Amino acid sequence: MSGEGSDILRHRDLLLMLTWREISLRYKQTLMGFLWAILMPMVVVAAGILVRGAFTAISNKPMQLTAALTVAVKSVPWAFFVGAIRFATNSLISNSNLVTKVALPRAIFPIASVCSQLLDFAVASAVLTVVLVIGHAGISWQLLWVPPLLLILVAMTTGISILTSAASLFYRDVKYLVEVFLTFAIFFTPVLYDVDMFTHLRQWLLLNPIAPVLEGLSDAIVKHRTPPLPWVAYSAVFAAVLLAVSLWTFRRLDPLFAERI
Amino acid sequence: MESVSKKFRRGELYDSLRDLVPALTRRLLHPPPKGALLKGEFWALKDVSFDVARGEAVGVIGENGAGKSTILKILTGIIRPTAGAIRVRGRVSALIEVGAGFHPDLTGRENIYLNGTILGMSRAEIRRKFDAIVDFAGLAEFIDTPVKRYSSGMYARLGFSVAVHVEPDVLIVDEVLSVGDYVFQRKCTDRMFQVVRGGATVVFVSHNLHAVNDLCSRTVLLHRGRVEQVGPTAEVVRTYLDRARQRMTEEPAGDAFIAGVRMTGEGGAEGLAFRAGERVRVEVEVRSRVPCERLSLGVQVYDEENYNVFNTATERLGAGNFAVTPDHPFRCAVDLQMHLGEGTYFLGLTLHRYDIQRQYDRRLPAETFFVRSEQDVRGAANLYPRVVRFGSDRPAGEAS
Repeated sequence: MSGEGSDILRHRDLLLMLTWREISLRYKQTLMGFLWAILMPMVVVAAGILVRGAFTAISNKPMQLTAALTVAVKSVPWAFFVGAIRFATNSLISNSNLVTKVALPRAIFPIASVCSQLLDFAVASAVLTVVLVIGHAGISWQLLWVPPLLLILVAMTTGISILTSAASLFYRDVKYLVEVFLTFAIFFTPVLYDVDMFTHLRQWLLLNPIAPVLEGLSDAIVKHRTPPLPWVAYSAVFAAVLLAVSLWTFRRLDPLFAERI
Repeated sequence: MESVSKKFRRGELYDSLRDLVPALTRRLLHPPPKGALLKGEFWALKDVSFDVARGEAVGVIGENGAGKSTILKILTGIIRPTAGAIRVRGRVSALIEVGAGFHPDLTGRENIYLNGTILGMSRAEIRRKFDAIVDFAGLAEFIDTPVKRYSSGMYARLGFSVAVHVEPDVLIVDEVLSVGDYVFQRKCTDRMFQVVRGGATVVFVSHNLHAVNDLCSRTVLLHRGRVEQVGPTAEVVRTYLDRARQRMTEEPAGDAFIAGVRMTGEGGAEGLAFRAGERVRVEVEVRSRVPCERLSLGVQVYDEENYNVFNTATERLGAGNFAVTPDHPFRCAVDLQMHLGEGTYFLGLTLHRYDIQRQYDRRLPAETFFVRSEQDVRGAANLYPRVVRFGSDRPAGEAS
């Protein structure tokens, strides 16, 4: 496991170039350019506002601006999560000529996909910051929770990405499975809604390891309160274990890649 | 960075399991004896062992399917041996794929950086060598053009240029030398020589016997996944050619067939190395199982890249056509004057009906031969250049 990690550290120039290749290819000869980075979060935010609107209509309470801001704060990381896994799942197959012809630490391909999505994430976050400032979201010490929460998010995303990339190399239908999963995961994840809207279901929803991260982010940024710490700890442990397991599995499967792709 | 000597030792195979789950269950239920083959498996390499000393250039030859590519992939670590182990000391670089990771939408400049890091260079290193790389490829004016607008030759040149600028401790070369036009190929071969003389350890896998002969002091001959011979290149190449000829003399199934070939140089000495311009006699014996009539014998010469540099047929030479019966083999001798550039060539022979409606036998290569030139001339044809004037136009008074 540490072997794969240090291999990638030694090849950081390569990681940088592969990331840069993915990014520049995504924006070369495209109509929208960097608007792509905020398109997906914007769609999610629009959907969220619609859903929240429906909730408030039913409960006869006026809709608050914070509701819209929470959705926005959660949909940007969610878009990163979905986008990174989607690209990473295909990363080994789309680089098959490199997998079969050049000796490289191959985990670098899914990781480069995650890194390239990180840039989109950064662009969308910058836009989000502007929105938050305009929406008077305010500042508090709770914002210090943001970096560790993002770290958990990235670790978890990377772990899943590494696993799905390897799995889709062996079985091509994994790609479709992942696609279906990502499409419907939003219903089981508190992106458009908050877990606090539920009483009995709350802990079941938080069992979804990405949920405490998203809730924590909206708590820290919009609601200025401490994230649900035990749940965040649960997410952190989950992410760490997942990352370790995925790197270990990837390393075990690595020798088969060139033969099975 | 430190020690650059290395050692290979292996005895391995390459197993391709078609389906994992049935195989795993079968293995659990009936553990196979170690080294046994499951259904559909084969040994691409079996008990292959050899050492390459630091600074040595070793060739690997063998016909298609002998296991050359598998060796390459194992040496570079792309696949792992099923059994046995390899030990390599130092940074390994492999020229297996020219232009690995090139993306058509990226410019030449961008692809140099991308490809360079893929081949194991750091960005600082590429920046330092950038001009040399562009210069070597001869693509300075197109360097900011997306490579999708390149011709295939330009594409290959750029790829190769990056590859030869990696400075590894151990260089593993596949037959990528055969890219680009003739001039560029020569440039690449020269560069390889430079690398070898510079003290790098080289493993060179090739069909090009001439290049192996020039480049490598020792050579490994593979045959169906096993090492048949390891030794001085000249000896091993000799074995390889002898075996190829032996296979040729096995009688084919056709009604009429080419039963023997002999090439002799001037003075009647049998051999396969000729001077440029030497008159070489090609003697062919044709035999048959049933009487065959109106036959013609085709004679071709191919260069290292299998480019047909010459071809004719007895019919076209005005010799008419011939008949052969089981009791009376037919013999034909054709003199060829080898006005060829230096290199390895393949003699091809075809036996067909005069109107080419039916082919009885085809031998390629019926023979492999070398042409040596006293002058440094390149290209398939030899025009025997002589410098007759060499100087600038200066006014008469100024000559020193």
